[in-house]
Amino acid sequence: MSIRSGLLILSLVLLPLQIPADEIPALPAETSLSSTADHRKFEQLAGPFHSGPEVTRACLECHTEAALQVHRSIHWTWRFEQPETGQTLGKRFALNNLCQGIAGSYERCSSCHVGYGWEDEHFDFTAEDRVDCLVCHDTTGTYVKFPTGAGHPPYEDTPFRGRLFKAPDLAHVARHVGRSSRETCGTCHFEGGGGDAVKHGDLDSSLLAPPRHVDVHMDPDGLNFSCATCHEFTGHIQQGSRYQLKAAPEAGVAVPGRESDRPACQSCHGAAPHDTVIHNKLNQHAEFIACQTCHVPAIARGGLPTKTLWDWSVAGRRDEQGRPVVEMEDGLVVYDGMKGAFQWEENLVPEYRWFDGNMHYTLLGDPIDPSAPVPVNRPLGEPGQPGARIWPFKIMAGRQPYDTHYNTLLVAHLFGRDENAFWRGYDWDAALASGMATARRTGQTEAGFSGEYGFVDTRMYWPVNHMVAPREDALSCESCHSVDGRLADLPGVYIPGRDRHPWEPFGWLAVWLTLLSVVAHGLGRYLIHRRRMRGAA
Amino acid sequence: MSKVRIFTLFERFWHWAQTILIFGLLFTGLALHGSHGLMAYDTALKVHIVMALSLIGLWAFAIFWHVVTGEWRQYVPTHRGLPAVMLYYAYGIFSGEAKPFVTSPSSKHNPLQRLAYFGFKAAIAPALWVSGLLLLTYAAWKGTFMGDLLPLAWVAYAHVAATFALMVFLIGHIYMASTTGHPWYAYLKSMVTGYQEERK
Repeated sequence: MSIRSGLLILSLVLLPLQIPADEIPALPAETSLSSTADHRKFEQLAGPFHSGPEVTRACLECHTEAALQVHRSIHWTWRFEQPETGQTLGKRFALNNLCQGIAGSYERCSSCHVGYGWEDEHFDFTAEDRVDCLVCHDTTGTYVKFPTGAGHPPYEDTPFRGRLFKAPDLAHVARHVGRSSRETCGTCHFEGGGGDAVKHGDLDSSLLAPPRHVDVHMDPDGLNFSCATCHEFTGHIQQGSRYQLKAAPEAGVAVPGRESDRPACQSCHGAAPHDTVIHNKLNQHAEFIACQTCHVPAIARGGLPTKTLWDWSVAGRRDEQGRPVVEMEDGLVVYDGMKGAFQWEENLVPEYRWFDGNMHYTLLGDPIDPSAPVPVNRPLGEPGQPGARIWPFKIMAGRQPYDTHYNTLLVAHLFGRDENAFWRGYDWDAALASGMATARRTGQTEAGFSGEYGFVDTRMYWPVNHMVAPREDALSCESCHSVDGRLADLPGVYIPGRDRHPWEPFGWLAVWLTLLSVVAHGLGRYLIHRRRMRGAA
Repeated sequence: MSKVRIFTLFERFWHWAQTILIFGLLFTGLALHGSHGLMAYDTALKVHIVMALSLIGLWAFAIFWHVVTGEWRQYVPTHRGLPAVMLYYAYGIFSGEAKPFVTSPSSKHNPLQRLAYFGFKAAIAPALWVSGLLLLTYAAWKGTFMGDLLPLAWVAYAHVAATFALMVFLIGHIYMASTTGHPWYAYLKSMVTGYQEERK
């Protein structure tokens, strides 16, 4: 008899002694132990519901403060006051080199707003029933916001660009709410830039169930983290902003049970996670190198390529029926008449910059130099500056409209029901005039549009944070400590193995001359010795 | 022919232990510098550190020995006889002249050797150790006033420059010490056995 079966029998014998069955009644099988409330039993959620806001009003009957909490979050405001740079950022103000900006295209862009009905500049940001609870708390997988519905789900089955969006049963979804999940976060964050894996490169649907080598934390067979395991929410507010990263060692260690909304690696791993064997260089490196630099060796590793170039300047080609031309290569869209030309990359090696966590943006109205690629945003931080660390970035290349008279970036009105929208009229003059007029009207900018436009190369820095690889896949020393390594162009630091004094060739010259002298000296001795021996013979 | 003991057991141990450590340090150091790719960086770093600390330990012991025995005097440079020895290596050695210096237990090194070894001990080795220890302990001083005064690159340049001087020294030393005796390998042999056969 094995030990295991012995223990089993023993426990069967002891079990009745330990737990008197009549004192702790068994829970019904379907009852979850993770919550004290079963939303299926709530009268308020019986339905039927005809709109999203109706559901929200029902939620608020019990969760009285929830909407007010959400109103304070960036998921709602799309506005972020950057305390270090003084810039007003967030999607309502910042530009990017993917879809440029939201001005005028609200109905489309707000399909990722945690609200209902942001279809123009008159949206009421104080309305509690405009908060969309379900987009984050759905557990059924059936709730979906319609791409052009201003944040509303489809209320009847509706096709969009070849895909059918089924209307969710709102009452059923409401009765099955729960914690956020990779699926709920992913509906927006995996799809940024207009599609799966497009924008970030380190966030795509491969993270729904990634193998260990793609993400060591989210592997369902391993640690099985959800997004909110690290991006912990307190009162509907979370940390983890790319406008101001706080992943610094001084963030401290997160303590369970305490209000802890720190998403930094150090929150769990501490500031000195590496074993010290003979030397402590790895922990010393962590003082000026972000964890991600070595532990995210490449992005777009889950089988989905990410977009690396978006060229708006060639957009607008349509076929005889007036429909935008779409060209594919290896299953990827490389040209779309609506958007222009694209390039994609899988297993993309990031680029590295000094970064203190603060992003500076080129906003509408900010002067640009069109003779060189314009940084739509750029990481701040100087080598050696306290808090500045070497950080990996996906650098997105773009070519987008700018005002050739004022030398400022422009935002085009892309989506809309009127002819000004580029995706309807395909007229840059009208789309840019309309986009900039809306941006001025909504207070996004005071900059004007001269009417003259061109296209300028731009670059955008997306800090890499996700797809953390297992330790055995982390970068090796020589990834950077070599002449042509990953940090070949990084300024401001002496890297052994990479850097040489310009006079070093003289050192080698001295070595080779010495060797040559010695060989010549020895050879001379040998030849003279041989001649003398011959003479003696 | 009679045999004279030139090198004590300690001196021979010291010499050959140094040989192993210095060649190991050179090999791993050039790997760290990126001059060759024959060893993984992390391995090279660990071996380099262990060997460097071993060498420093060995030297601390050797300095103690030299002070106690008075053998340090063997390394005091002298100009007397130096031109003759230099002339010998430049000319006499080819024409078969007798060496203008005789090794003895009380005077183990000819004036040229004294000069070279003194240069190694007083300049090259300390330069390597000081710069090497600074590199090893960089994390401890980079945040202090020293970090503001002394860029890491300068320390590294000094370490590499001293390495070139070391390589030049080594090439000359190996050639002269292992091929210019009578017979040609006599000095090498005496560094192994400790004894030198005296020519009558």
